[in-house]
Formats: sequence, structure tokens, C-alpha cells
Amino acid sequence: MQAVPEPHEGSDTRTVSAAERAALIAALRSVLPRDALLTEPEELRSYECDGLSMFRKAPLLVVLPHDVAQAQAVLRICRERRVPVVARGAGTGLSGGALPLDNGALLGLARFDRILDVDARNRTARVQPGVRNLAISEAVASLGLYYAPDPSSQIACSIGGNVAENSGGVHCLKYGLTVHNVLAVKLLTMDGELLTLGSQGLDAPGYDLLALVTGSEGLLGVIVEITVKLMPKPERAQVLMASFDDVETAGNAVAAIIGAGIIPAGLEMMDNPSIRAAEDFVHAGYPVEAAAILLCELDGSNEDVSEQVMQVRELLRASGATEVRTAQDEAERLRFWAGRKAAFPAVGRIAADYYCMDGTIPRRHLGRVLTRIAELGAEHGLRVANVFHAGDGNLHPLILYDASHAGELERAEALGARILELCVEVGGTITGEHGVGVEKIDQMCVQFAAPELAQFHALKHAFDPDGLLNPGKAVPTLHRCAEFGAMHVHHGELRFPDLPRF
Amino acid sequence: MTDIDERYEALADRVRDAAARGRALTIRGGGTKAFYGRRPAEDADVLDLRELRGVVAYEPTELVVTVRTGTPLAEVEALLAEQGQRLPFEPPHFGDGATIGGAVAAGLSGPRRPWGGAVRDALLGVRIVNGRGEALKFGGQVMKNVAGYDVSRLMAGSLGTLGVLLEVSLKVTPRAPLEITLVHELDEAEAIERLAGWSHHALAMTGTCHHDGRLYLRVCGGERALEAARRAIGGDLMPQAEGFWSDLREQRHAFFAGEPPLWRLSLPPATPPLGLGTTLHEWVGAQRWLRTDATAETIHETTRRTGGHATLFRGHDGTGEAFAPLPDALAALHRRVKQAMDPQGIFNRGRMYGWL
Repeated sequence: MQAVPEPHEGSDTRTVSAAERAALIAALRSVLPRDALLTEPEELRSYECDGLSMFRKAPLLVVLPHDVAQAQAVLRICRERRVPVVARGAGTGLSGGALPLDNGALLGLARFDRILDVDARNRTARVQPGVRNLAISEAVASLGLYYAPDPSSQIACSIGGNVAENSGGVHCLKYGLTVHNVLAVKLLTMDGELLTLGSQGLDAPGYDLLALVTGSEGLLGVIVEITVKLMPKPERAQVLMASFDDVETAGNAVAAIIGAGIIPAGLEMMDNPSIRAAEDFVHAGYPVEAAAILLCELDGSNEDVSEQVMQVRELLRASGATEVRTAQDEAERLRFWAGRKAAFPAVGRIAADYYCMDGTIPRRHLGRVLTRIAELGAEHGLRVANVFHAGDGNLHPLILYDASHAGELERAEALGARILELCVEVGGTITGEHGVGVEKIDQMCVQFAAPELAQFHALKHAFDPDGLLNPGKAVPTLHRCAEFGAMHVHHGELRFPDLPRF
Repeated sequence: MTDIDERYEALADRVRDAAARGRALTIRGGGTKAFYGRRPAEDADVLDLRELRGVVAYEPTELVVTVRTGTPLAEVEALLAEQGQRLPFEPPHFGDGATIGGAVAAGLSGPRRPWGGAVRDALLGVRIVNGRGEALKFGGQVMKNVAGYDVSRLMAGSLGTLGVLLEVSLKVTPRAPLEITLVHELDEAEAIERLAGWSHHALAMTGTCHHDGRLYLRVCGGERALEAARRAIGGDLMPQAEGFWSDLREQRHAFFAGEPPLWRLSLPPATPPLGLGTTLHEWVGAQRWLRTDATAETIHETTRRTGGHATLFRGHDGTGEAFAPLPDALAALHRRVKQAMDPQGIFNRGRMYGWL
């Protein structure tokens, strides 16, 4: 029997001596232009963290290659010297996936910023990974096309980062995640080999490695080119806003709409603290007394949208909405959305700090989960505001805290961990769209059993046998889970008690 | 332990035993797609999953169904139809007794694929037994889930070479209120042009087919939307079109009765006619069925240059390669991925490629 590959332990903690660092810098200088290598402490500082700023670490050095050949050379040099590599796009990720390693190179892909080709007839675009998500839609707008996935950070986040995280957005229920909207990627493996996964058609021969790589958080390869699918812009979009006296009724209204065979383009819920914060901030016209609001966007042909708006209005009323409003014009539609899209910064105004969680739950458990979150918040002495991608069950509880008060950050982290475990308990997942990164790595031990984690490590080993790509992220070592799990077993929460443990 | 857990454990035992003895296993559902790909190793034991039946969970308002893989595909489709829903990828059965597990393992999709997505797009979660005989669970019953690598989607289309599928969770979609089919008399090149143009408009297409000077377009929507689509597209309304599309999906259309071999080309949709032989187009031109006497090398080379690939779909003896050759580095990665899931190489040995 062949040995099970060992998890990639160690490469994130190995120390690099000053002499090793100097030799690495000399080797990199020989293949990179002057502006593609940063080594001074003040230059490294701006790469210390990504969108999850509670974790910070300066990288050993930063490389900013201009082209594939330079990136290949960097990977080969690092592989030879056993130096870990962390790839970074725009640095907007919310789970610390691009957190640097002090013994590793940070590989910034910001200079891969060109749209290489727009194929209008086949409705595809070939782009480099550093291109911003929104820039793709802007570049093809004159053709009546757009790129569908729209994470909230779309003005800043890069498409390469979107692929690495399998990013979502508010329109996923109808138009899918990144994995549904990418046809092919070019990927560099840690030994600098350039692979094409997927094809310019709708499928590719062999295993679906494109799906495996999407959302792999930079652990399997470095993406250097992406072919995305473009969609025709819908003829019309219309938004309804409904108010509810309690969140469970709002959840039932969502079930009623979907049960009637309607797939809205967007279906978002906000609870009272989020409604108040958003209304104070952008004056979207939200009802501040409501326990919950639902925003329902319908798009498609003019005729279908008209029919569905009437149908959804009736369904919302019959489901117990206290008020239903239809945006009267495009300005009001955008205002309704502005409140939702500003929910995070709005919450940021009512608390010194907030911590955004990202669980997904089967929607039927919404009432139970929100009640329990409120109880857990009270136990931890912290308030929680909730925004919810209601159509697909992706819940973003925002934990309000003040880092300047001793112990509050730790309480916020503890509360966050409990909320994620709650999502797993009801049959959901610890992350719907933000990724595991460093942030949720311990909760991976709650969601997956040891043989499942070992399977992830075996797949990682198939791509990156030395464990040099983004080590210490996304998939915990069994050792780490054994330590973390120890405190859970005595609560009797061990999953799959019938499975062997090791 | 419940009855079903015991059955899963018994399957895992069989796999552990086969792995320990280095004995190959051929995983079998309804056997309706045995023609697809290569014939697996002959000295293998058969692992028949047809007893592994039943719906584990179905929540229509959450658009998810979880089923054991030996469940007949027709049963799953009938259950969804009762709630006005369907599998978005409209899988072909290719005979009585097709199972949902076989549909996922083959990864084949029907006429709706360009808009509804492929099998892998709908696959939200799996329970499997890997080659070490471990029962594992990946993904789940929710649409959005990025915890861990997407092992579920890797299983779609892997032809049973990576693990034994026990349960699959699939996204389902509502059936459209109405569907009509419009027919135009057009040659191949004109049809490709027209389709490229229509695809730019947000027409709710759900199927296209071009063969023998006729272009068939299936469109869905409400009554008024369909009237508007008819004005925009033109063409003759095809009466009782449902049978046409199911015949197309099941390859009962007259084109498929011709002489073997039958090739499947997967191409960028607007690729001009390749002139390789007699064709039938689907998926706005992205899937083309081809009857030809051209050599495999010519077909692979011509399709590769378009950015697509070709499969020898029917009419081969199962001993040569059916799928497009992979570049060396990608083939090496396939071997390592196979080894990560199935270290002893016991599952469906040689079914996808002779070397895998």
C-alpha cells in the first residue's frame, strides 16, 4: 500500500536565515527587472494584510512580475530553495487568504492587468488575473454584454482573486458563482509548468480540474490568465422591497417566491439593525421600524418582468409582508440597492469595529439560526447585525465590537467561531463566498472529519508536492485539528463517531 | 447505525478489500452509458450500485435534491416534475434503467446545457468512497459553499475513476411556464451567424439544433414574452416539439441512426463550419455531432486549433482512446490526481484513458 502523503506541515514555519534571504534576492534580481522586486521594510508594509486586517505579517519579500516568463522564473527559484509563495491579487479578500508569510515570497499579480481579447461572437473575454472584476463589464458594456458575478468589492477586487476564492455576489442564485462563469484558466504550478485547464468550448477532456482549482485559495497553482463567459444584459430589471414584522415570515416569503417557480436575479434580506444602519447612512427610504426587509430583483424580457412583478407582489402580501413597494424608476431601484450595498460600511459607522461572518445555511433554518445568533451575541456581550443573501442561504452576520476595549476582539472572534459552528450544525457551511484563509481554519476541523481533510491534503500534494503554495491556509493539518478538536470532544460534538480517527 | 449506513460501510469494506488485494473494480449503475469512453479492465470485479436507491432529501423551495446514486434517473425526474421542477442539465438516459449516479459520473448534458449549466454546475455535494475505502462527504446541500477543495465537482464526468458515488446533492430549477420551438430554413454557416447574433440578446433560449438545412430554436417564457420572442426571431412554429427535443437528447433523431463512428466536437459556438463531414449542431454551435471518415488525428488537430476538443463518442470497440489526448504535463497531473483519490488504481481502470 502506498503511503498517504503527509500534510504540508512545516513549510509555513521554517525559518529563513539572513544569508538565505540575501542569496534568494540575488537569484531573483537576475531574472526580474528592478521594479519587480521589493525588499525594503517600508516597501513591504503595504502588503502586510489583505481585507482581513486583524491579521498582519510582513512578507520576506515581494515580487511583482510583469509577465508569465518572470512569474515562472520566480516560482522555479522559490521551488529550488524551498521558499513558500503566497499569491495576491487586489488584496480585498476577507479571510486572510493573501496574508503573507515572514519566510515566504509574496507574489503580487497587480501588473497582469490587461484584457487580452474580447470575443464578441463567442461572448467570452480573455483577461489577465489582475484585471478588476468591474473593469471587464465596463470593457464589454458597449457590446450589450457583462460579466455576471458581482462581489460587493467588484470595483476593486481582481478576477484572479475571484477565481482563487470562487467569489459570489448578490446575483448568484440566478447567474451562478465564479465557477459557473469561467471557461478556462492558465495556471502555473509550483515548478513553473504552464497548464491550460478548461477550454474555449463548454467543457474539456479529462478531469474537471478547472472546478477543482476554482476556490482553491492559491494552494494548487498561480493563475495567470482567465477566459470568462459574458452574458447579454437583461432587457429590464425591476426591484421590489417588502417589509416584515419578523424575520421568519420574511424567510417564508422567500420560500413562497421560489416555490412558485420564480428565480429572482437578486433576493436579499436585512434585519432591523442593518436596516437602521443603512438608512442612517444612505437614506435609501428603508422602513426603520421593520424587523426585516426583502429586496427582490427580477430581470429578463420586458413582458416576463412585468408579469413576475405582479406575481411576486401578490406572493409577498400573501406571505405576510406589511408593506410592498416597487421601485418607480431606475433612480429608486438604484437607491433600494444602495442601502443593501452600503450595509457593511453603514454598520461600520455605528460600531468602532465589525467582524463579518460568511456562513451558509439551508434557508428553512433561518429563524432558528437568527434567534440563536442573538442569544450567542448576548452571551458574549456583543451586538450582531445580519444581512442575508436569502435566495441561496448565505448569511453575513456582522459582529459589532470595539478593539480599543480590552478583550472585545477576542470575544468577537469567539462569537464568530460559535456562529460558524452553528451553521455547520444545521447542515450548512462555514463559508459561502469569502473562503477559509487563515480566518476559519479551525472551523474546518468542525466541518470536515480527519479522512476528508487527509483527502484534501492528498489532492494538494498532487499539485504541489512540497507544500510551498500558500501553506497554512484553507485546509488545517490533522495535528492542528487534533489540538483544536480536543476542546470540542468533551462537549460530545464529535462528528461521524462511526468513522475511524487518527 | 442505520440500515443505509451499514450498506455504505459494506461498500467501503469491499473497496478496502479490493485495494488490499490490488483487485480492480468496475462501478456499474444502469449500464446505459457503457459505450461511452473506453472499456474498463476485463479482470475487474463489478460493484453494482443499483440497490443503492432512494431520495435522501428534497426541499423544492430550496431548489436542492439529495439522492442515492443507484436511484433511476426517471424516478428522480418524475419526483421533480411533480413539483414543477427539473434537473437543469437535462441529462440523456440512453436507455431504460439509467441511474442518477451514472448521469453524474458520465457528466453528459442535454439541449438545455448552455443556459442551464452542465452536470458539474448543478452538483452541490457528494458522499463517496475513495480508493482507500473511506466514506467521505464533500460540499453539501447549499448553493454557496467554498470550504475545502471542490471535490464534488471533480467527480462529475470522472467516469467512476476517482471514487464510488454514494449520494449526490443537485441544484434543481423550476420548469419554464411555456416553451415553443421555431424553425428556420438555413444552411450551416448562416445558422451559426444568426445564432451568434441572437445570443447577444437576452432571449430566453433553452435549446438549439441545426441539421440538414434547418435550424430549430427552443425558447421559454410567459405568453407575452413568447409572442415578443416570435416577433424578434421569426420562423415557423413547430407543433408538438417536445418529442423532437427528447429524441435529440436521447440520440433517437434520424441523424444518429447513420453509419458509425460518431464524433462529438466541443467548440467555441461561433466556430465556422469545419467541413469534416455530416454534422448536427446543438448548444448554439458549441456541441457538434459529426459523421466522418477523417482520421482521429485530423479531427483532434482541427478541433484543437479552434480552442475546443473532440471525443470518439460511439462506434469504437472500447480498446483505443476515445477522448482527446492531453498535453504531457496535464496527463501527469491527471495521474497524480487519480493517485490522490485512488492510490491503488482500482476504480474503472482504463475507462477514461488507457494510461489512467
